[in-house]
Amino acid sequence: MTKKELIVSALENGTVIDHIPSKNVFQVIKILHLETYENQILFGINLESKKMGNKGIIKVHNKFFQKEEINRIALVAPSATLIIIKNFQIIEKTQVQIPNHIEGIVKCFNPNCITNVEKVVTRFTLVQDEELKLRCHYCEKITVKNNMVFL
Amino acid sequence: MKGKSLISINDYSKDEQLRILDIAKEFEKKPIQPLLKDYVVSTLFFEPSTRTRLSFESAVSRLGGKIIGFSDSSSTSVKKGESLKDTIITISNYSDLIVMRNPVEGSARFASEVSRVPVINAGDGANQHPTQTLLDMYTILQTQNTLENLHVAFVGDLKYGRTVHSLVIALCNFNCTFHFVSPVELKLPSAVKIHIKEKKLTYYQYTELNDVLPLVDILYMTRIQKERFSDPLEYERVKNLYNLNREMLNNTKENLKVLHPMPRVNEIDIDVDDSPKAHYFQQALNGVYVRQALITSILGLK
Repeated sequence: MTKKELIVSALENGTVIDHIPSKNVFQVIKILHLETYENQILFGINLESKKMGNKGIIKVHNKFFQKEEINRIALVAPSATLIIIKNFQIIEKTQVQIPNHIEGIVKCFNPNCITNVEKVVTRFTLVQDEELKLRCHYCEKITVKNNMVFL
Repeated sequence: MKGKSLISINDYSKDEQLRILDIAKEFEKKPIQPLLKDYVVSTLFFEPSTRTRLSFESAVSRLGGKIIGFSDSSSTSVKKGESLKDTIITISNYSDLIVMRNPVEGSARFASEVSRVPVINAGDGANQHPTQTLLDMYTILQTQNTLENLHVAFVGDLKYGRTVHSLVIALCNFNCTFHFVSPVELKLPSAVKIHIKEKKLTYYQYTELNDVLPLVDILYMTRIQKERFSDPLEYERVKNLYNLNREMLNNTKENLKVLHPMPRVNEIDIDVDDSPKAHYFQQALNGVYVRQALITSILGLK
């Protein structure tokens, strides 16, 4: 147990984003703009997980995200757990939630949508349904999970 | 509703929709009212349309307003590569209201976000055409004296027909029962059915036109569009499936009215035209009253 936790070394202060599907770790980094973050970031991919079999993890030093900011990753990592660490102690553990409104991030599936014709930032509202569906604010067409392309 | 763009039928609440229909009634009684004397309305038609454009221009003319615009984007700076955003910002400096048709879906919503003046969507691709919906509602109200609790049949291309989608969504606020007649491959999309289910209303699906004729108050016919089919044989197979003739009206309700957004091809025989149950030419005329009502209401003149 101790050994496993140390595969990616512990944080003193900051946020751990755990249980990310391995293949989407880089996507999460991009969505959160971590590629330009100047503090220490540690990440692991294809780590062993009891819950998922295989998972990714990101540890961001000295960074505490706003809810709206972190929930943006829910589309690519709906299973993600957020752990806020202060002074090596777990302060809070929460799940990400898919926000009702999504700006940017996802491309509209409809090739004849204005967002695919001109430089317009995509906007969606979440459709309340069992599977993940987004309704485009502009063309009103629905983009389902299988058709989602991330910007 | 002053200053409020109309892009999608649901942008207006049920009360706001009914208010427009009320004002339209005033214009039906008195179509010439010079309320737009000092106003300029732009009609920007990025793709050709006869009925909708002329109906809007007739509405503005009868209100005494001036019209600027184009009926085809090939003679404009759009051809030089100007973005829609720049076109709309520029033209919103020249006019008090913009009426736009554009083949790109969502273009009207986007235009309303960058424009300094209100925008009326006169059709954005296969997405929305809300003024058609309002005139359809007006016509139903005119012929049935109510919009509530009616049995309404939609016939033909229910998959791609945007007028059908918007009208179904609008009628969901009025406790209507829906009867959908179409070939299996042109059934109403589930995205539209969601609205019916949300309101816990009832709908039935048919493939035979004769099955619904005795049941309904409104028979809304649509054209099956050739351009929707990738396989020409498939089109040939379905194009003559639903052809309404005068004899078929014998076995229908007394109050039944036949509507059609037009243009028609062969879905309604010309022998239906003289029947008291035919109401599609009146429906087209209503488009002018409804657009007069909408324009004056958005400009805060009614």
